[in-house]
Amino acid sequence: MKNILELTFKRLLLGFGTIIVISMLIFIGVEALPGDLAEAILGQDATPETVAAFRAELKLDLPPHVRYVEWLGNFLQGDLGNSLAGDRPIAEMIGWRFSNTFFLAAVSTVIAVPIALILGILAALYRNTAFDKTISIVTLSFISFPEFFIAYILIALFSVQFQFFPSIANIDDGMSLFEKLHSVLLPSLTLTMVVTAHMMRQTRASIINILSSEYIEMAKLKGLKRLRVIVVHAFPNSLSPVINVVALNLAYLVVGVVIVEVVFVYPGLGQLMVDSVAKRDIPVVQASGLIFAVTYVLLNLLADLLSIVTNPRQLNPR
Amino acid sequence: MARELKKLESLLASGKLSRREFIKKTTALGLAAAVSPALFYGTAKASGPIKGGFFRLGISNGDTTDSLDPAAITDDGDMVINWCLRNNLVEINHKGEPIPELATNWEASADLKTWVFKLRNGVEFHNGKTLDSEDVVYSIMHHLKADSKSAAKGILEPIKNIKADGKNQVIFTLESGSADFPYILSDKSLNIIPAGTTDFQDGMGTGGYTLVNFEPGVKAQFKRFPNYWKEGRSHFDEVEIMCISDLSARTNALRSGGVEAINACDYKTIGLFEKMPGIQSIISTGTRHYTYPMLTNTAPFDNNDVRLALKYAINREEILDSVFSGYGQVGNDHPIGPSQLFFASELPQRTYDPDKARFHMKKAGMQDHTFQLITSHGIGDVSVDSALLYKEHAKKAGIKIEVKKAPADGYWNDVWMKKPWVGCRWSGRPTADWMFSTAYASGANWNDSRWENARFNKLLVAARAELDIAKRREMYVEMQQIVRDDGGVITFVFPSDLHAASDKIKYKDLAGNTQLDGGRCCERWWFEG
Repeated sequence: MKNILELTFKRLLLGFGTIIVISMLIFIGVEALPGDLAEAILGQDATPETVAAFRAELKLDLPPHVRYVEWLGNFLQGDLGNSLAGDRPIAEMIGWRFSNTFFLAAVSTVIAVPIALILGILAALYRNTAFDKTISIVTLSFISFPEFFIAYILIALFSVQFQFFPSIANIDDGMSLFEKLHSVLLPSLTLTMVVTAHMMRQTRASIINILSSEYIEMAKLKGLKRLRVIVVHAFPNSLSPVINVVALNLAYLVVGVVIVEVVFVYPGLGQLMVDSVAKRDIPVVQASGLIFAVTYVLLNLLADLLSIVTNPRQLNPR
Repeated sequence: MARELKKLESLLASGKLSRREFIKKTTALGLAAAVSPALFYGTAKASGPIKGGFFRLGISNGDTTDSLDPAAITDDGDMVINWCLRNNLVEINHKGEPIPELATNWEASADLKTWVFKLRNGVEFHNGKTLDSEDVVYSIMHHLKADSKSAAKGILEPIKNIKADGKNQVIFTLESGSADFPYILSDKSLNIIPAGTTDFQDGMGTGGYTLVNFEPGVKAQFKRFPNYWKEGRSHFDEVEIMCISDLSARTNALRSGGVEAINACDYKTIGLFEKMPGIQSIISTGTRHYTYPMLTNTAPFDNNDVRLALKYAINREEILDSVFSGYGQVGNDHPIGPSQLFFASELPQRTYDPDKARFHMKKAGMQDHTFQLITSHGIGDVSVDSALLYKEHAKKAGIKIEVKKAPADGYWNDVWMKKPWVGCRWSGRPTADWMFSTAYASGANWNDSRWENARFNKLLVAARAELDIAKRREMYVEMQQIVRDDGGVITFVFPSDLHAASDKIKYKDLAGNTQLDGGRCCERWWFEG
């Protein structure tokens, strides 16, 4: 147990370092884009005079490192600052969008993880049969298509042809949970199709790997049924790599949904970030980027811890 | 054929073709049977607009940086949202004329320098306050503050002084006479807000809808303002404007019934909408135009023979037909649109003429030069596609053009007005004077060809203060001719604005001055009963 705590602490420190580095990379990246917010917002209408007024008000005339240090200091104190563009607190802009993104990820997880695990177990159970090959081909085909393609197919089918689900995943606080679920079903299905194959293949591979070990041989010799061997004996021991893959995919569901959010016009963090990059709203880009980074680091940490906890050999190393 | 019909229909809808002429032309083409009956009866027969319904509009423009501050209005998304909430002193009608809005009438002194605007009585803001002259002065001055970031600051420069004269009258004093001054007050930024407003996020105004919720870059929701002063406007019970920047998402939203109308449809696919049951296309042509400006103070474009050669080397008709699918009208190398008051219809249309192009290029001695034309998808794919076609047209005249694509980011700051020959897009201006003063007058901020012409500049000032309309017209025609024959801008097309909507949407006298029925579709359109 002491081991785990020590490890957690170490990993948290490392994660913190990673995040500082990422914040710098994001800042440099945004800084390297041509033009700034004043020019991006005024566009063709810009005159030198109005651009100068804009810059002075936004302190864009200060050197970049001064702005970076000031921003990072505020961020560490929990103050995300104001959006350059609308004068609105960033926390207010990001808060509900992040919970929207999280909601979409959660719904997709609830659909995708059981499907992937069950399909993986079944594929291992009926290894090398037509059934196994069919699910592999189907799920791998889905992962091979670009997300927007799957999204458009689903829209063409379920919202244009048969008007079951809206093509625009428009959700707000006034909706009931059922209405929200109805609204986000198509984007979650898209995401499900994208992430299932990876998790399913990993489950299948690690179970098959375990199936060649001696204690499984023993179980078979004892005359246990195949299903029982797999579910009770093989699956728990193959959890550790599976958990890693699941966590990676969950992280992807949170941070990698930009395209799906744009296609379904879903008011999530990804779309906010795209918008803010286009408008050079640096503090918003930095804040969203960092939130993504934190999510990624934390989920990976969680995955490592869980895979240690589920593996007695790693939990009590000699 | 269908394209021809569409063109005639849009001419009819914008009032440029009488019904009699329209019927004559369609009959001549053998198209009479294909004419949509809605064109004549659909709106006219209805017993007038009907109140009610929930109107959802999916718009292409809309960012998280949008704000309800009138001084922050920069694109058509802000414009549509602000015109739900607020009014101007002057409105532009479907014929492109200024009509009274919050002002009931206006008068100018003989030298056109002093303008007196009388305000409408008893107009109520959403919070119950009554509109008076202080509000108007405050609203205009809001854009003129020293640290103003407003896009309207430039157009208000001619104003020397504004003052309230009693509760119901405002007096504007201008630096020099301007016959078109009322047009300026119809600008999308010049909404009237209550005096003393510093926080604009409640959307307070005198408009047809009150604000329910505004989430920039996502959506804006409105409810009808029951005490709206304007009769026969603001018909929907509720309005929701959704920002859907992706064209396919907009299209899907309309097809699946998620919204009732969308803007900025694709020239290549709008034809498919027309075939879909339950969906109509709504097409208007206004002042928007695409150009290829050359810096006339930079070699080789300082030579007018080079400019003329390049103007003769572009096949406008073909570009209109293949890039814009025929939706729009060809340009004549000046920025005044065919729908505008002082459009010089008597000027011959410049056409594709490889021989003349070759002649002028030879005269300039530049036959072997390779001209670099820089454009960007940021202006619209059409600008790039047209440039690629243009390159082929020019090749037939022995002129070499190299088309270069620049990134959309920073295009307006780093390429436009900096590089010698680029692509550009103008939303246009309601009057000839405004357009010329913005982009063709000597020393104008956005004179994107750095063009100087003494005769033109003299005419521009003279026409501004000329009271006799026939004489003004003469001057504007001459100015269009000078720009066409000497200017540094290839104006090749005035494209249509393409919208699509559920066929339950009805409208009357579609305005073309900007997209979405002059930006006021939310208060002008209604649902069929």
